[in-house]
Amino acid sequence: MSTASSALDSPTAPLPGSRPAEVIAAERTLGGDLRVLARICRLILRYRGRVALAVVATVVAGLFQLAIPPLLGRAVNTALGLAGDASVSGAAAREGLFVAAALLLAASTLRGAFTLVQNYGGESIGHLLAYDLRLAFYRKLQQLSFSFHDRAHTGDLITRGILDIDGVRWLTSAGLLRVLLLAILIGAGAIQMISTDITLGLLSLSFVPFAIWKSTTTRLRLRALWLTVQEKMAILGRIMDENLSGIRVVRAFGAEPHELTKYDRAADEAMAITHERVRTRAGYSSVMTLSYFVALGLVLWVGGTRVLAGAMSVGTLTEFLTFMTILQLPVRQMGMVVNAFARAATCGARLFVVLDHQPTIAERPDAKTLENPRGVVRFDDVSFAYPGGGDSRTLHRVSFLVEPGRTLGLVGPPGSGKSTIAHLLPRYYDVTAGRITIDGEDIRDLTLDSLRRAVRVVQQDSFLFTSSLENNIAYGDPWADEDAIHRAAATSQIEGFVERLPERYQTLVGERGVSLSGGQKQRVAIARAALLEPPVLILDDSTAAIDAGTEWRIREALRAGAANRATIIISHRLSTLRHADEILFIEGGQIVERGTHEQLIALNGRYAALHALQGRHDLTEAQP
Amino acid sequence: MTAADASRSGRPPRAVVGSQINRDEEMFGAAFDRAIFGRFLSYARPYRRALVLAVVGVLAFTATQLAIPLIIRFAIDRALIVDPAQAVPLVVIMAAFAAVIAVNYVANRSQDYFVGLTGERIIFDLRRAMFAHLQEVALAFMDRTEVGRMMSRLQGDVSSLQEFIDNSVTAVGDIVLLLGIVVIMLWLDWQLGLFTLALVPTLLFVRLIWLPRARRAFRHARETNSIVNGALAEGIHAVRTVQGMVRETVNFALYDDKARENLRAHLRAAKFGQVMVPIVDTMTGFALAIVVVLGGTLVIERTLDVGVIVAFVFYVQRFFDPIRSLTMQYSVMQRAMASGQRIFEVLDVPLAMADKPDAIDPATITGAIAFRDVTFGYVKGQPVLRNVSFTVSPGETIALVGPTGSGKTSVTALLHRFYDVWDGAVTIDGRDVRDYAKKSLGRHVAMVLQDPFLFSGTIAENIRFRTASASKEDVERAARVVGAHDFIAKLPLGYETPLDQYGRNLSLGQRQLLSFARALVADAQILVLDEATANIDSYTEQQIQAALRRLLEGRTGIVIAHRLATVRHAGRILVLQEGRIVESGRHEDLIRSGGLYARLHAFNFSSFDDAEGISGRT
Repeated sequence: MSTASSALDSPTAPLPGSRPAEVIAAERTLGGDLRVLARICRLILRYRGRVALAVVATVVAGLFQLAIPPLLGRAVNTALGLAGDASVSGAAAREGLFVAAALLLAASTLRGAFTLVQNYGGESIGHLLAYDLRLAFYRKLQQLSFSFHDRAHTGDLITRGILDIDGVRWLTSAGLLRVLLLAILIGAGAIQMISTDITLGLLSLSFVPFAIWKSTTTRLRLRALWLTVQEKMAILGRIMDENLSGIRVVRAFGAEPHELTKYDRAADEAMAITHERVRTRAGYSSVMTLSYFVALGLVLWVGGTRVLAGAMSVGTLTEFLTFMTILQLPVRQMGMVVNAFARAATCGARLFVVLDHQPTIAERPDAKTLENPRGVVRFDDVSFAYPGGGDSRTLHRVSFLVEPGRTLGLVGPPGSGKSTIAHLLPRYYDVTAGRITIDGEDIRDLTLDSLRRAVRVVQQDSFLFTSSLENNIAYGDPWADEDAIHRAAATSQIEGFVERLPERYQTLVGERGVSLSGGQKQRVAIARAALLEPPVLILDDSTAAIDAGTEWRIREALRAGAANRATIIISHRLSTLRHADEILFIEGGQIVERGTHEQLIALNGRYAALHALQGRHDLTEAQP
Repeated sequence: MTAADASRSGRPPRAVVGSQINRDEEMFGAAFDRAIFGRFLSYARPYRRALVLAVVGVLAFTATQLAIPLIIRFAIDRALIVDPAQAVPLVVIMAAFAAVIAVNYVANRSQDYFVGLTGERIIFDLRRAMFAHLQEVALAFMDRTEVGRMMSRLQGDVSSLQEFIDNSVTAVGDIVLLLGIVVIMLWLDWQLGLFTLALVPTLLFVRLIWLPRARRAFRHARETNSIVNGALAEGIHAVRTVQGMVRETVNFALYDDKARENLRAHLRAAKFGQVMVPIVDTMTGFALAIVVVLGGTLVIERTLDVGVIVAFVFYVQRFFDPIRSLTMQYSVMQRAMASGQRIFEVLDVPLAMADKPDAIDPATITGAIAFRDVTFGYVKGQPVLRNVSFTVSPGETIALVGPTGSGKTSVTALLHRFYDVWDGAVTIDGRDVRDYAKKSLGRHVAMVLQDPFLFSGTIAENIRFRTASASKEDVERAARVVGAHDFIAKLPLGYETPLDQYGRNLSLGQRQLLSFARALVADAQILVLDEATANIDSYTEQQIQAALRRLLEGRTGIVIAHRLATVRHAGRILVLQEGRIVESGRHEDLIRSGGLYARLHAFNFSSFDDAEGISGRT
C-alpha cells in the first residue's frame, strides 16, 4: 500500500453504492406476512385477560346492536296495528310502545357500554404492546454490536422505533376487533334477517361481498401508492434538508435556480403520485357508497312489492331498512381494517427483523468477571477483517505488549488499521485470528461489562449529550461525587472553561445548549474517561482538535494520575507520540516499524519520512 | 449494574436519557385569525374553480343523503299503506331513488376528488413558496435558524394546514347536514322534531365539559411521544458511546421510566377518547325511544304517517356524527392557525438585499479586490470589522490569519455580498460589489467552505453542481487537476458513484477534494477558501495542499488559513485581531517582527483556532 495513491482511502466508510438499509431488509411474501401477523397475535395474547374481555365485549356489543332493528320493526307494527283497530284502548297501545322504547333505550345504552369496553380494551392492548416493543427495541439496539450499527441507517432505525411500532399497535383495535364485530354483525345479522325473509335477507347483504372485495383490493393499492408517496416525499425532504444545511454553498455558487429546478422535479413526481392516490380514493369511497345504496334500493323495492302484495308488514320492512343502517358504518370501515392488517404486517416485519438480530459479540455462558484488573494488554498474532469486508484484512498478525505504567504509540496512514486496534480491545469487534489478553485472560472469556469497565476508549468524535456538563462528564459513572468530576475536568484542562460559564457544571450543552468547539468536546470526552480511572486507556486520535500546549498539559495530568495505567495513544501528530515507551508504525494492517522515537528516527524509514513531512516546526515542543 | 454501583445508588444518578427540552412546542391560540385566514385564502385563489366544484359536490352529496330517508318515508306513506286508488306507483318512487343515488355517486366522487386534490395543490404551493423564499432571505436569518426547526415548518406545519383544508370542506357538508336534518325533522312533524332535538343541547353541554379535558389528555400523550422518541433517537445516535461507557443498564432503566409515562398518558387519553361512545349511544337510545313513544302515539292518533317514524329513525342515527366532527374541528382550526402563523412568519422574513435596477453583469473580470475602510457587524453597536482596508491584485493570493472571532469569515462573506457593509466599500475591479448583480458575483467569485458540503447524487453531479453545461470531460479534468481522479476511478461506479447523505461514504479528505473540483468547474476568477479546521492527517493534507496550489493558479485568492503549510505558500498574510488588521506581510517577516503571528505560530503548528489563552485577550 503506497501512501501516495491510497492516502485518501477511508477505513470505516462502507463501499459507495452499497445500500446499508438492505442489510436489515425484511422478507415480504404472503406467507411471511401471515407469520408476522401470527407473531403479533402471540404478543397480544400476553394480555389474556384484556383480550378475553375485549372479545366478549365486542360480541355482546354487536348482539345488542342487532337487537335494535327488530325492536323498531315491532314498534312500527304495534303503532300501525293499533291505528287500524279502534277497539284497543289507548292505554294498552301506549304500554306496548313504552315497552319497545324502554328496550330500545336499554339496547342502545348497553351497546354503548360494551363498545366502550371493546374500544378501550383494544386500544389499551395496543398501547401495552407498543410499550413492550419499545423496550425490546431499545434494549436490542443497545446490545447489537458495532458491526450492525455500521451498516444500519440511523434514520431508518428511528423510523422503525417510532412509525413501525405505531403500525403494529393499531392491529388490535383497528384490525382484529373490527373484523370480529363485522363478522358478528354480518353473521348473526344474516341468520336473523334470512330467517325472517330469505330474499330480503340476501338482498340486504348483497353489497357485502362486493364491498369486501373492493376494499381489500383498493386499500392494498392505496397502501402501495401511499408508500410510494412517502418515498417521494422523503426525497423531497432530503432535497430541502440538504439545501438548508448547505445554504452557504448554494449561495456561494449562485445555485438557487439549480436548486429550485431540482426541487420542482422532485415535487412534481410526488404530486403525480399524490394525484393518482386522490383519484383512486375518490373512486373507491363513492363506489362503496353506491353499492350500499343499490342494496338499500333493492330492499325497498322488493320489500315494498311484498308489502303491497300483503305478504309482509311495514314493520318487517322497517326492520330490514334499519338493519342496513347498522351495516353501513362497519362495512365502510372495511378499508381501514384491511389497511390495519397490511400495515401491521409490513411494520411488524421491519421490527422483528431487528429484534431477531443476534449481536455478533456475545458473552460466553461461563464468562468470568475481570476482578481488580492490572492492565497487562497483549495482542497475540491478531488478524482482523471487517464483517462483509471479504478477504481484505484490516489487521494482519499484529503482536505487542503494553504493561501497566507504560505507553504505546500507534501511527500510520489513514486506513492502516490503527483505530481497529482500539476497537478490538474492548471487543467492539472480535478478532478473526489470534487472541487478545488482559492480565493473561483471553478477552472473549470475560464478561463484556467487566472488560469494558477496564478498557476505556476516547474516540475522536465522541457523542455530546444534550444535558448538563456534569452529566456528560459523569456519563460512565453517574454516581460519581462532585470532587471526582471536578478532578476529571481539571485533568482534561476543561475546568477553566467551565468555571467561566454562568451555570458552571450545570450548563446545558449539546443541541440547543451551549455549543462547544471541537477541542472542547474532545476535552469533555477525555474528562469522561479520566473520571473512571481505567487500568487501560486508549486515546484514539482524541486530541486532534486540541492545541499542542493544552494537549501537553492533559498528557502530564493523565500521567500524574495513574502510574499503573497502560496507555495506548493513536495520533497523526508525532509530537503526541514522541514520549511513548514504544511506537508502532502501522501500514496496510501490519507493523512495519517499531521502537522508541529515537530508534525510529535512526532507522530512517517511514516514521522518519513522516517526521520530515510534518516539518521541523511541528516538533518544536510547545511547553508553556 | 455492578455491586459497587448498587451500593452507591442511595442518591439518584447524574443521568438522563434524551433531551430535556421538548422541541415540538405547541402553540395554543385563537381558532380563527382573520389575517392568517385571509393570506391563506390567497393561496387558494388559483384553485377557485376546483374549490367551487368541491363545495357544489359536498352540497349535492349532503342533499342526496338528506333525501334518501324522505324517499323511504314517501314510499311507505304514499305507495305502500295508502288506498291503492291514490297510491303512487312504487316504480316511480324507485326511479326517483335511482336518480338520487346516481347524483350521490357523482357528487361523492367529485367532492372527494376536488377536495383532496385542491388541498394537496395548495400545500405543495405553500411549501414551494417557503422553500423559494428561503433561497432569497438574508443569510443572517439562516445562520440563526436551526435546520431541523425549518424542516418541521416545511413538513409538519404544512401537513396540519392540509388537515384543515380537508376538514373545512367536509365541515361545510356537516353544517348543511345538521341544519338539513333539523329543518326536515321539524317540517315532517314539528312536535316530534322538537322533542327529539331537545337532546341536542344536552349532548353539546356534555361535550363542552369533556372537550378541554380530553384535549389536555391528548396533548400530554403527544408530548410524551416526542420525549420517548427523542430518547430513542439519542440512544441510536450515541450507541457507541453508550456501549463504551457501559451505560446500557442505567439508560434502559431511564428509558423505561419515559416509556411508562408514555403508556400511562396514552391509556388516560384512550379513556377520554372512548368515554363519549356510551354517552352518544345512550342519547341515540333516548332519541329512538322518543320517536317510538311519541311518534307511535301520534300514529295511533292518526295525526302522523308511519313513514315519518322510519325517516326519523334514519335521521336520528346520522344526527350525532356531524356534531362530533364539528366540535373536533375546533382543535383542527387551532392547530392550523398556529401552523399558518409559523408558515407566514417564514414567508415574512425580509429578503436579502436586492439587485440594483442597473446592476452590472460583466462577462469577465480581472479579479482586483479592494476593501476600503470597511466597518461591519451582525449586531447593532457591535462591529466585527473596524476600518479594514487592503487590496489584492489580480492573480495574487493572500492568507487571513487570526484567532476565532477575529473577523476572518466576515471578510469573505462581504466579498460575496452575503451581507452589506455598515461603512466603507468592498470593490471588485474598482466597482462596488453592490453594483454587481447577485448572479454575477455567484459566477465570478467561487467559494470553498470549511465544511465541504456535498449533496445527494452522483460524484459527477456534485462536481458539476450548478454548471449544467460542464461536460463529462470537464468534470474529469477538474478531478484530475485537484488529484481526486485516482480515488474516484477506483470506485466500482467511478464518477457515477452515488453519494450517501452529506457524502458520508467518502472520507473527509475525499470530500474536500470534491469541493475543490466543484469550485474548479465553476471556473471563477476570484476564489475564496475557508480552510477546514478539522483534523486531517499529514498524508491527506499533502494532497490537499497540492490541489490548493493548482486551484489558485492564475486566480485571485483569499484563503482563511488555519494551517501553517497554507500560510507559507501565500504571497501575503493579513493578521486579524478583534476586527482590525494588526499585522501584514510575508511569513518570515512576521516571524521576525515577533507579534501576534509569531506567538500563534510558536504555539501551534496545525491549527490557529483552538489556542485559548493566547488569543491576545488575556
